Amino acid sequence: MTIDWKQYNPGDFYDELISTPGHPRAPARRLVSYLGSLTADEMEARRITAEATIQEMGVSFTVYTDEGNIDRCWPFDIVPRVIDKKLWDVAAAGLKQRLQALNLFIDDLYHEQKIVRDKVLPRHILDESQNFRPECVGFSPPCGVWAHICGTDLIRDRDGRFYVLEDNLRVPSGVSYMLENRAITKRVLPEMFDSYRILPVDDYPDKLYDTLAAISPRHQREPVMAVLTPGIFNSAYFEHAFLAQQLGAELVEGSDLLVGENDCVYMRTIDGLEQVDVIYRRIDDLFLDPEVFRRDSVLGVPGLMRAWKAGNVALANAPGAGVADDKVVYAFVPDIIKYYLDQDPILENVQTYLCDDPKQREHVLKNIDSLVIKPANESGGYGMLIGPHATEKERREFAARIRKNPRNYIAQPTISLSTAPTVTDRGKVEPRHLDLRPFVLQGLDLEVTTGGLTRVAMCKGSLVVNSSQGGGSKDTWIVDRKGD
Amino acid sequence: MLSRVAERIYWTARYLERAENTARLVNVYSKMLLDLPGGVDIGWYNLVTLNSAEQLFGQKFKRRDERNVIRFLLADPDFSGSVLTSLKMIRENIRTTRDALPAEAWEQANESTLFATSRLDEGLRRGDRYEYLDGIIRCCQQLSGLLDTTMRRDAGWEFFRLGRNLERADMTSRLLDAGASMLQEHPGREEPLNLVQIVCGNVLRSASAYQPYRRVIKGPVRSRLVVRFLLEDELFPRSVAHCIDQMIDAAGALPRQRRVLKLLKCERKQIFAELDEEKLEHDLRDYLNSLQLQLADFHRAFSHNWFALEQPGDT
Repeated sequence: MTIDWKQYNPGDFYDELISTPGHPRAPARRLVSYLGSLTADEMEARRITAEATIQEMGVSFTVYTDEGNIDRCWPFDIVPRVIDKKLWDVAAAGLKQRLQALNLFIDDLYHEQKIVRDKVLPRHILDESQNFRPECVGFSPPCGVWAHICGTDLIRDRDGRFYVLEDNLRVPSGVSYMLENRAITKRVLPEMFDSYRILPVDDYPDKLYDTLAAISPRHQREPVMAVLTPGIFNSAYFEHAFLAQQLGAELVEGSDLLVGENDCVYMRTIDGLEQVDVIYRRIDDLFLDPEVFRRDSVLGVPGLMRAWKAGNVALANAPGAGVADDKVVYAFVPDIIKYYLDQDPILENVQTYLCDDPKQREHVLKNIDSLVIKPANESGGYGMLIGPHATEKERREFAARIRKNPRNYIAQPTISLSTAPTVTDRGKVEPRHLDLRPFVLQGLDLEVTTGGLTRVAMCKGSLVVNSSQGGGSKDTWIVDRKGD
Repeated sequence: MLSRVAERIYWTARYLERAENTARLVNVYSKMLLDLPGGVDIGWYNLVTLNSAEQLFGQKFKRRDERNVIRFLLADPDFSGSVLTSLKMIRENIRTTRDALPAEAWEQANESTLFATSRLDEGLRRGDRYEYLDGIIRCCQQLSGLLDTTMRRDAGWEFFRLGRNLERADMTSRLLDAGASMLQEHPGREEPLNLVQIVCGNVLRSASAYQPYRRVIKGPVRSRLVVRFLLEDELFPRSVAHCIDQMIDAAGALPRQRRVLKLLKCERKQIFAELDEEKLEHDLRDYLNSLQLQLADFHRAFSHNWFALEQPGDT
């Protein structure tokens, strides 16, 4: 028995591989027919290979449970997602444009705040921002860049176009899984790499290295770099260790670092104290430095902000970069692009209503049963209301919260995430929803990953792609069909 | 190598020795009990004193009897020398240095902890205790052997050796102390003549030193010779001299070792120069006590030199 593609029906969602039952999209044609030629046993064998590879490579993430923390194996689906290079090139240009504008925006907010004076961004939105750090005002980071590493979540709506769902400018994670997914797929579907020109993804660590090296305060040949992790109990610890290893950087915890009286940062090594030039920090602003932010933070390094402001160490992302990672600011990104770059945005936002605006608020309150309401500053899908799935009581409660604190809420139409064939049972595939997180880098240059991390909601009909909540992932192929 | 990683490897080794040697220590006492003639009372509480844990013990138990002492030494969660605590610390240290250690070490550490926890009741019962303790010693040796045969001989390995030999020297001195304290409690002409024999034989056996002693000394078991063997025999891996030589060797392979090396070499001479017949006869317990303090000084020197750096220029 083989996959019967005629039985595969994505309904009225945009499917990444299949346009209508039995008809694959052009870039996916070879993949679909190849998978169709495999028997159920052969499909199952591939899946087992993938599982074994994941265990061998030790790809894991941490789940918190009552019995302590467990390393779970990374859930992976063997059917790749295929995107045509021509389409991707446009999206990539849009991602670069977006990050460039966001960095100009952040830099402006910590200096003259022209965008506020010119009334493009209302003053009170800035005043009430939870991620604006007054401690950073007046500082000019190297290259003028605040957000060096950005994870932008893209979705495809029913029309098949890419839309930006959110910009993660604080400590976005997932890039290591993107790299591992490719390594797994090379073992599971090696034949496909002959019949397609699949663009490689593994230059990311080198590009990340260049980005970080560009902001080093000491211009020596090989700057000393460290990846600062909250430690083994963090769910992304695997990634921190992975990236440190790929960068040739030390994986450090706060207690490994100290700031000297000369305002330089050192790490404690058996060779003595070694000065650190660049810290790729994977802990939040508020935990960075107990002298400046949360006093009870044991994850951070006392004096780190002092050293950063003195220009003796570079932090990526810079403290305060999160001011642009706010769902209200998100709604203004198209204006921000226009304002700083004088360009039209290449990538569109998902339509967003600001509860802060009286007219839009009225619309939201009236249509709460069909909208998704999100708090402005939460990440990971916390504190959301999905209108169509909520009870009357929940809706009433949310409406009250919106009236009480309108600046804190935005609303978006329920989005129909695209789908792709996903193995659900022995040799069977069904459509599952997915999104895409490319990673954008800005140092001296702007770079985008080739594709990104595709996250899949493994449960039927689910829109939740987070790995901690049963989400999985797929390899993402950007294929060059020129001359095919 | 980061100081933190080095320190955790060092402590992995220390706790590994500690778990094994606490098991050995309890073993000596349990066996002596079997060998001693009826009516000779055995001071279980000595084991607490030997570990300098009187205060902690006092907070937890009133009666200083066998049952409480054994429970304390095998399973007390707050006593850092208890078998269970040591095994848990090994597990935590390996867990947080997995990049620097062979992958199998983690599995082995898990298995050891599981064994020690799930069969604890056997260790508390006099009848099954020997097998339990033997099992613990085996677990430790398995992990130790695994690391021995698979760890790369880099700085991490040298820190492992430092920790292992420091703790081992310390525990050998405590084993001797255990014997000495037993003899002290029964200073006696009225006691059966073979008491010295019994105590010394068990001290040797608990350090796996009985046969090597026999081969080297080629004579009867005499307390003075036993002490000298466990302190001075350069070729026996659990002797204090051998342990210090190993530390000198390991430190020599590490960066910025000058001061530590000087201290180790200087004190090695001192330790054995002081060891005369008079000391062996009358002040053995004082001598062992100062030896333990000296070993604690070594630890402080390691820590100061490699682990706890505070300011630039603080090298």
